[in-house]
Amino acid sequence: MENMKDIVLKYVIQEYCEDDSEEITYDTPLISGGIVDSFSMVSLKRFLEVKYKIQIPDDEATPEAFDNVNSIVALVEKFINK
Amino acid sequence: MAYSDRARQVYTDTLNGIKEAGLFKQERFIHSVQSADIEVEFPTGNPVKKVINMCANNYLGLSSHPDVVKAAHEGLETRGYGMSSVRFICGTQDIHKELEARLTEFLGTEDTILFPSCMDANAGVFEAILTKDDVMISDRLVHASIIDGIRLAPAMHDTYKHSDMEHLESKLQQYMDKRMRVVITDGVFSMDGDLAKLDVMADLCEKYDAMLFVDESHSSGFIGKTGRGTHEHCGVMGRVDIITTTFGKALGGASGGCVSGRREIVEMCRQKARPYLFSNTIAPVVVSGVLKVLETLSKSTERRDKLEVNTAFWRKGLLDAGFVLKEGDSPIVPVMLFNAKLAQDVSKDLFEEGIYAVGFFFPVVPNGQARIRTQISAGHDMHHLEKALAAFIKVGKKYNILGKTKNEIIEMYGN
Repeated sequence: MENMKDIVLKYVIQEYCEDDSEEITYDTPLISGGIVDSFSMVSLKRFLEVKYKIQIPDDEATPEAFDNVNSIVALVEKFINK
Repeated sequence: MAYSDRARQVYTDTLNGIKEAGLFKQERFIHSVQSADIEVEFPTGNPVKKVINMCANNYLGLSSHPDVVKAAHEGLETRGYGMSSVRFICGTQDIHKELEARLTEFLGTEDTILFPSCMDANAGVFEAILTKDDVMISDRLVHASIIDGIRLAPAMHDTYKHSDMEHLESKLQQYMDKRMRVVITDGVFSMDGDLAKLDVMADLCEKYDAMLFVDESHSSGFIGKTGRGTHEHCGVMGRVDIITTTFGKALGGASGGCVSGRREIVEMCRQKARPYLFSNTIAPVVVSGVLKVLETLSKSTERRDKLEVNTAFWRKGLLDAGFVLKEGDSPIVPVMLFNAKLAQDVSKDLFEEGIYAVGFFFPVVPNGQARIRTQISAGHDMHHLEKALAAFIKVGKKYNILGKTKNEIIEMYGN
C-alpha cells in the first residue's frame, strides 16, 4: 500500500506545482517557501479529511502544521489515532 | 497611559523585523499632478526629480485630463463636497443614480451599485450574497481584496491553479453538492498582465450551473474593442453574473468602485453589503469626474486605441532588446528579473535615468519571480516610450541581462 507520505506528496505536486521543474521532498517548506499560499491550503485540508475520514479543526490547520509533508503527515496521524 | 512601553516595544520590534526582511514599504512623494511626466521627491528630502512614470494605473491618461478636472469642478460647485451620510439615510444624490445607470450601460449588465472603493466592493459582495451552503472557487492569483472578501464570507472556498481550466472544471465537479457555486477571477491579472479565459469560463459555468465573478479593475475602459473590459474582449458580455471594477485606475484614477451584474445580486448588496451600508459613498466631485470619463469613452475609442499601439511598441521594444517578459496583451508588461535584489537595483538605476518603475518581489509576487512591472498609458507619447526604452537597455546592459534566458539570469543572480 502506498504510504501516507507519498500520497500527500503526490497530491501536493498535482495540486500546487505549476511546472515539473519544482523538486518537492518530504521536508520542502511549502507555505513559508511560497509553493502553497496559505489561502490555497483549504483544498489540501479537504483532501486529507476526505481521504483519511478525519476532521481537522481550523485552529490545528495552521500554516506551520501544513508547512511540509512530514508535518502534515504528523498532523493527520494525530487525528487518525484519536 | 494605555499605550505602554511594552506596546511600543512590540510594534518597534515588528517594524524592525519588516525592515530586516527587506519588505519595508516607503512612499515616494510626487509634487505634480499624476501623468506621464511627474516630479518625484525620493528618497525623502532629496531634490525633486522629473521622471517618466511607467508604473501608474493611469492606463487612459485621464487622471489629470482637463475635461475630467473641469467636470469635477462643476460637480463640486453644483453638488458640494461631501454627503455626511451613508447612502440609505441621506447620502444619495441624483448623480449617484445617474452614474450607476451609466455604468450598467457601459458594462452591459442589469444593474450597478457604487462602493467607496473596489476593495470595498470585493470585501462586501460575497458576504452579502452567499451562505454556508455555497462554495467560492477562485483563481490562485486573484487580487488581495478578493481574498479578503472571500475570507469574510460564510461560504466554503477553494482555489484552482492560475488560469488552468481543467483544474477549474475538476473543482466544479467536486462541489456539485453545494447549493450555489461562484467562480471568481480577475479579468486582467494585476501582477502578470495576462487575461482570464472568460469564454471558456463562461461555458464551464453554464455546464456546471455556477455564477461567474470577474474583477475588471485592470481592464475597464481599455480592454475589448470598445474598452468595456475582458468580457467584451472574450465575447461574453451579458454572460458574466457579477463584475466589480474601480474608478481608481483607468476611469479617472481618483477613487470608488462598484458591483455590476444581475439585478437581484445588486439589490442584495444594497440590502446587505456592509461597506455600502456603513460607509459614505463616493464624493460628488468624484462622481462628476467619472461621469465625464464614461461620456468620453462612450464617444470615442481613441484613447484605448492609442494605448494598444503604445503597448505593442513597448512590448516589442523590450523583447527585441532581449528582456524576458511575461506574455500577454494588456498594458501591464512585467520585465522579469527573478531575483529580488536585482529588481530593486534595476529600479534604482532606472530612477537615476529618469524612469520611474518599481520592483516587485516576494511576497507580492511568488518567490523567485521578482520583476519590474511596467504599465503603459495612453498618456505616454512616443518620446516617453523611446526614452524609457533607452534607459531600460542601458541598465539591462549594465547588469548583463539582455538576451539572457530565465535560467541564465537566475544563474548569475540567484532567485
